[in-house]
Amino acid sequence: MILNTPNRYGLVAIALHWLMALGVIGMFGLGLYMVELTYYDNWYHGSLEFHKAVGVLLALVFLARLIWRQLNTVPTGLADKAIANKAAHWMHLGLYLVMAALFVSGYLISTADGRAVDVFGLFSVPATLTDRGSQEEIAGQIHELLAWSLAGMVALHALAALKHHVINKDNTLKRMLRP
Amino acid sequence: MKKLLIALSVSAAAMTATVANAAEYIVDTKGAHASIQFKVKHLGYSWLTGRFNTFEGNFDWDKTKPANTEIEIKIDTASIDSNHAERDKHLRSKDFLSTDQYPTASFKSTGYKPTGAGTGELSGDFNFHGVTKSITFPVSQVGEGDDPWGGYRAGFSGSTTIMLKDYKMDGPLGNLPVDLELYIEGIRQ
Repeated sequence: MILNTPNRYGLVAIALHWLMALGVIGMFGLGLYMVELTYYDNWYHGSLEFHKAVGVLLALVFLARLIWRQLNTVPTGLADKAIANKAAHWMHLGLYLVMAALFVSGYLISTADGRAVDVFGLFSVPATLTDRGSQEEIAGQIHELLAWSLAGMVALHALAALKHHVINKDNTLKRMLRP
Repeated sequence: MKKLLIALSVSAAAMTATVANAAEYIVDTKGAHASIQFKVKHLGYSWLTGRFNTFEGNFDWDKTKPANTEIEIKIDTASIDSNHAERDKHLRSKDFLSTDQYPTASFKSTGYKPTGAGTGELSGDFNFHGVTKSITFPVSQVGEGDDPWGGYRAGFSGSTTIMLKDYKMDGPLGNLPVDLELYIEGIRQ
């Protein structure tokens, strides 16, 4: 129930999956919204502070998820064709990679001037690379590009799950909902 | 070879002509004895200051013929620095400077009216955010003379106030006056 088996996802993997799904979708929407706010809007500063703090927490959940994945068996894909299982597998790796790059690029924007990222006043992540002037611009462009890429990949990932559920009528989606 | 010699002598003559008009100075951005600062009120409660880190310029100045003063300055708008990466990123964006579209701002003088010893009214075309406006503002000389390293320097300061909306930055901050302050030291060529 807690751990994965060769056929099922365990409780922890499922919880981590949906927590990150919520985080990723929420952060994408928040990101798009907050860059449109103008200086005198109530949440001009707050939205960014929240986005950064949640980003750090999400990165920690991401690390926990990677470790959990390493410690566990990964259930095998349910598609009939090997190539479909392989595609799903590569998509999963791609999602991990793009998420990791999003965390790093976001961190590099806000820490470009040496300021730390504060996480709800609980702790802060200090700056490392501080090439002020170009760093926040380059990291910013990469962050935006990656955000849109991740949104597209998440859509494909979700569509593939729905396709399995509706067309193939297999357990792919259900086993991510119930251990 | 002959053509080259002619070209050289012609350009040498042209150079002599400029020098005879007024001494040419290059703004000492290399040694960072010049700065372009801006100052804007934050919420009406305090001053926020920042600067453009990268610019270049030169001017013609002769204290015996101040009316011949000329100056040209080019500013790399993306070099804006208010000591806050997130704010600078927003300032470079389409909401403000649109530095991708307008990477350079420039000022080219069109006239100088001396108003006293080392003071005057400088007029010129200020190109900023794709908009060119004729502006006039007071400048004053700080000093001039030999430097300890074999050169000759002259320094000035001047300031003017602009409104962002006059330069097509119409956002909620368009109506805020922004002070631009120029501090330059030139090395005579």
